Amino acid sequence: MTATNNIIQLQDVTFSYAAAPVLESIQLDVKEGEFLGIVGPNAGGKSTLLKLILGLHKPQSGHIRILGQDPRKAQRLLGYVPQYPGFSRDFPITVEQLVLLGRLGFHAPSGWLAMFRPGRYSQQDHSAVKNALQEVEADHLASRQIAGLSGGELQRVLLARALVGEPRILILDEPTANIDQRLESEIFELLKQLHERMTILVVSHDIGFISSYVTQVACINRTLMCHNTDSVDGAMIQNLYGEHVRMVAHDHH
Amino acid sequence: MSDFFSALALYGFLQTAVLAGLLASVGCGVMGTYVVVKRIAFLAGGIAHSVLGGMGAAVYFGFDPLSGALFAAILSALLIGWVRLQWQQQEDTLISALWAIGMAVGILFISQTPGYQSDLMSYLFGNILMVSKQSLWLMATLDVLLILIVSAYHRQFLAVVFDEEFARLRGIPVRFFYLLLLVMVALTVVLLIQVVGLILVLALLTLPAAIAAHYVHSIGKMMLLSTLLGSLFSVCGLALSYQPDLPAGPSIILLAGAAYILSALFSHAWLRHKRRTAITQYQTAGGRNE
Repeated sequence: MTATNNIIQLQDVTFSYAAAPVLESIQLDVKEGEFLGIVGPNAGGKSTLLKLILGLHKPQSGHIRILGQDPRKAQRLLGYVPQYPGFSRDFPITVEQLVLLGRLGFHAPSGWLAMFRPGRYSQQDHSAVKNALQEVEADHLASRQIAGLSGGELQRVLLARALVGEPRILILDEPTANIDQRLESEIFELLKQLHERMTILVVSHDIGFISSYVTQVACINRTLMCHNTDSVDGAMIQNLYGEHVRMVAHDHH
Repeated sequence: MSDFFSALALYGFLQTAVLAGLLASVGCGVMGTYVVVKRIAFLAGGIAHSVLGGMGAAVYFGFDPLSGALFAAILSALLIGWVRLQWQQQEDTLISALWAIGMAVGILFISQTPGYQSDLMSYLFGNILMVSKQSLWLMATLDVLLILIVSAYHRQFLAVVFDEEFARLRGIPVRFFYLLLLVMVALTVVLLIQVVGLILVLALLTLPAAIAAHYVHSIGKMMLLSTLLGSLFSVCGLALSYQPDLPAGPSIILLAGAAYILSALFSHAWLRHKRRTAITQYQTAGGRNE
């Protein structure tokens, strides 16, 4: 390995679910401490890119290194907030129990047998949950059932679940898709704070809005169409989405 | 009812039946909770019915039907679980196929076995009054095993049952724990078949846990409450069936079913009532402030 501080490296990555590739020859490097915004049209492969980075999918060709390791090995160092959580909202579980699940595998020594170790949560785990809920301003929800949460509250709880494992990289897929605009800027202000101590990747459809927060933008539409730190301009968006794109200025201050 | 309790003191077979009901309740309380929250009742049904194939084959070849049942249950649990993890879409088709094939195989074998025709009914509907001492020991062992595994790995099971993708990201061997869960469900199914038979297994596995879900909101409490409810249904069902000499299994199930329907209606009405009072309180407290 070359001695760089690229904590995410994708080399010539191609992935497909069926015959047609969803992602093709993706070349992407992310340095430690970046706040990368991933934008692009629907079905352009944004979420798939995240799942490749998370090691949930394997690329058909190309190489991925996360924190210098195979993505499967680096999984526990990543925090993930999915767009569509994989659980049903009426599951009998409290917010605290849900966030505790983010501590699984945290103490586990590496090795195949580690996760077969039985056990219970430690005092440390419980206080980590408390801190994470405080950080996302959801500590008052701790004993609530998830069934009663609003969209914005659930999003904060999912963020806490991702943070409680003390990730090096935080990965969010459309964190503001299901909540209103006021909450949207609250979530991004929160991410701005978190950015002080971790690398963040966020997929968003809202290119104008995220540009005031991110340090770097990647535009994905099957291929990586641009990847720069410059401000996002109209010509580039037109190139990415095609014609007739309305650019709405967001200013929440 | 009082006849039943005086008879209970006298007859060993009734004591055995009550004990069998209580032991079965533990298994169905613990595993039924997972079946209900993970919504795999149909899968459990598939496992239950494929068991008939194993029983039929075991009887035909002269083995203990229980060992055939165990073999078939575990095999179909692993098969269904593996297909589910590999190709998610075809899961329900495969379950239906195993359901039907299992029963067909069982009926064919049993029809070819001389002198065993009458036993078909007891496999299908079970007979809590005929549970042997040996089966009681087996059920107790199985209960202890289930409780030990669940208490050791409840975090992993919760993670897998709640959100598989996230569990995978936390480094949990999802495939292993999911298959282990299904095998444990299969073992419970076999345990329950002796009490209520394979047609009614699904009811005893899901109804107590579903009722519990109306009132308590954590996996642990659901397990506890559904075990208690299962015990109540099996003892009361047995008592109710004793005097008019009705089959015990269906009596137990009807009792559980009636309780479930009443509980569903009640909890629905309660929820509406709570919602209405919340709105009234909100309005009298000064109403909208936006």
